[in-house]
Amino acid sequence: MQIQPVLAALRRHRLATLLIVLEIALACAVLCNACFLIANRVQQVGMPSGVDEASLAGLKLTGYDPAQATDLNARVLDGLRTIPGMQSVSVINAVPFGQHAGTAGIKLSREAQKIVGVVDFYVGGPGSFEALGLRVVSGRGPQTSDMSAVADFLPRSAPVLVTRALATHLWPGADPLGHVIWCADRPYRVMGVLDHLARPSGGEGGPETREWSVFVPALPGEHLAGVYLLRAAPGQLDRVLRDARERIARIAPEVVVDIEQSQTLPQLRDRYFRDDRAMAGMLVGVIVALLLVTALGIVGLTSFWVAQRRKQIGVRRALGATRSDILHYFQTENFLIVSFGIVLGMVLAFGINLLLMTRYELPRLPVLYLPAGALVLWGLGQLAVLAPALRAAAVPPVVATRSV
Amino acid sequence: MFGYYLDLALRSLKRNKALTVLMVLAIAVGIGASMTTLTVMHLLSGDPMPGRSATLFYPQVDPTDSPSADSQPRDMMDYRSAVDLWSAQRADRQALIASTELKMRAPGVNLPPQMARVLSTTSDFFPMFAVPLRYGTAWTPADDAQRTRVAVISSDLNNRLFGGADSVGRTLRLKDTDVRIVGVLAPWRPSPQFYDVAGGRFSEGKTSSFYSRPEDVFLPFGTAQDIAGNEFNVFTCWGDLEGLKHLQTAPCVWVALWVQLDDAAKVAGYRRFVADYAAQQKVLGRFVHGDNTRMMDLMQWLDFNHVVPGDVRLQVVLAFAFLLICLCNTVGLLLAKFLRRSGEIGVRRALGASRGAVFAQCLVEAGMIGLLGGLGGWLLTLLGLWLVRRQPVEYADLVHLDGGMFLATFVLAVLASLLAGFVPALRASRVAPGLQLKTL
Repeated sequence: MQIQPVLAALRRHRLATLLIVLEIALACAVLCNACFLIANRVQQVGMPSGVDEASLAGLKLTGYDPAQATDLNARVLDGLRTIPGMQSVSVINAVPFGQHAGTAGIKLSREAQKIVGVVDFYVGGPGSFEALGLRVVSGRGPQTSDMSAVADFLPRSAPVLVTRALATHLWPGADPLGHVIWCADRPYRVMGVLDHLARPSGGEGGPETREWSVFVPALPGEHLAGVYLLRAAPGQLDRVLRDARERIARIAPEVVVDIEQSQTLPQLRDRYFRDDRAMAGMLVGVIVALLLVTALGIVGLTSFWVAQRRKQIGVRRALGATRSDILHYFQTENFLIVSFGIVLGMVLAFGINLLLMTRYELPRLPVLYLPAGALVLWGLGQLAVLAPALRAAAVPPVVATRSV
Repeated sequence: MFGYYLDLALRSLKRNKALTVLMVLAIAVGIGASMTTLTVMHLLSGDPMPGRSATLFYPQVDPTDSPSADSQPRDMMDYRSAVDLWSAQRADRQALIASTELKMRAPGVNLPPQMARVLSTTSDFFPMFAVPLRYGTAWTPADDAQRTRVAVISSDLNNRLFGGADSVGRTLRLKDTDVRIVGVLAPWRPSPQFYDVAGGRFSEGKTSSFYSRPEDVFLPFGTAQDIAGNEFNVFTCWGDLEGLKHLQTAPCVWVALWVQLDDAAKVAGYRRFVADYAAQQKVLGRFVHGDNTRMMDLMQWLDFNHVVPGDVRLQVVLAFAFLLICLCNTVGLLLAKFLRRSGEIGVRRALGASRGAVFAQCLVEAGMIGLLGGLGGWLLTLLGLWLVRRQPVEYADLVHLDGGMFLATFVLAVLASLLAGFVPALRASRVAPGLQLKTL
């Protein structure tokens, strides 16, 4: 198929061509960026927490007298342990995707002025580390002798475990074991490194801080009470949590169960990412509507062109052009127009991405999205042009002899 | 003449139904998407205190010992600074604010104890923010001073506990203390819940919680200190952690102060007063950063906190890009439609119709399409808003289409279609009379 005559014909329809080119360009730019946004959200929604989510639930009690905290812990641990199917009950200050409890800035030396990061401290009583199912990649997990009383929200000093992500941030390239992090004037020496552990709620510094977590072993008491980690076999978790809530009413009638925070981890995760899922869903909707509108636009305009050129088509057919020649003509024309649009669209896509980067702290658009977007639009264009082009190919040569 | 054009437009629209439906649909979908997002944006970015927001200010000082990352003062104040500024009574009205959750029961009401969100504030809060009362009255400055055991409750809580009856004089048990209800609010739903806004710049655009409902229980500031003790929501702490046990003296920020200043001279005076206070505290050795003070008005404060959620802003941008694509589409289709009628236009021109007349007629047709598209867009907007209302977000109950946005839907639709029709109409009006006649 020769391109020259197609180009020459397009030159006679400059405005209409320009419009489709613009439409394709805009569609390409929005498509690439929307897909990128979706990929970002999906990645966030699927982020690993590092714990055995399917077996875990949180239980949060409020409204008790702090003086009764130790007594409450004892009653809850004893009372819930005997629920059929319950594997363990332990005291902890927060669970992933729940309410944050130990967010604080840390320093690398006692005298340092500069805070090197705002992290989340998980303060866990006996059994909580094992219940979470965390994976230690170097160093060791906590033992009973590591546990000390909590002074306010942290023990005065304790050996701790940090996540690999946090260790890489604090001591790039170095072995984190034995290093000390300081919270105010208190030292916490690193005894182990965790593969993954997501902080309860989002990090202040964006997605890369989502795993700035520290696990601190501690003894339950006045300042570590009210939040419990329940572990059960995955299939029984919902029932076990329901039983636990019911049993609390008997063993601690004076407390209020915080229903919002007393959920299984899958439920907490679900709620935590609800906005991201809604946004991703909306973006998918936008993309579908966008492709549909673009396709309909191409169908409409090509139909018009076919109708306008019926006589020319007839003449060409009479002069010996085959049906497939006519079909290919319109397909080539569409391919050229869409290609112009894609070239313009790529520039536009990067422009929009730059805007999003500055406004919404989004990473740079990976180049791979552009050829993918181009393929989609080429496919869409060919699909949209097929029906009108087939209609054109069906024009009989005899049309050439008619006056209209 | 306009009637004639309208008639022609209607005939033309009927002639090629598929093309007409396509164009109307494109405009309707584009308008529906943009008006849905625009309406949500409009509701979330509005002024929560219209007519008064310019007189409401949020003073800040910096009681910390080390500068924050962005060297701005922290978003709230420590107890001592806030109470000092409030006690000076230099503003027309002033309200201290701190929040907490307390276990609540209502004697004689058969409901299990629940946690109530409590706002601890001072008596000016109610007149200053024009809070409407359904029953009873707010407490008085004397109650502030004497730490009287009184409370004002929200209309929601009044419905939950007392079935909406006049509950003035009844008792609430908060933690271990009985308080007497002196006032019940009428339904009040500021958008956003502006007096509690803080820390927005740290939330990465996830700010929908700023649009939650007001607290259920309002207590005099001193009374709340007596009842809640140390259990207040703290914005942040620094320095020696051993000091946290007494919030009133701890190196923590957790109290906000709002002041009302009715004219520019008073605003300047209050700025000077806050600066002088900070400088004096530095001399006394309590502050390190004596010059780091700030006072924004209500709208500046909301803006500083990026109250409109990032996703909502992103949706508006996307929706308008989408509308633009729909418009490109419509321009192309209108062009096809008008030029297809070149023959007819040629005849009309040959019979004496001026270019302007052809242009006007084409625009009327485009406008018609816009009006139909606007109708479809309005329905789609209603559908879109219904979908937003079903989302589990704090602002879901605020979302509705008001009269202004209803009108805007049609104005935008017609404007967009006229814009889309401009070039095609210009093209059509340029059709030469003779040329077209010859080809027929």
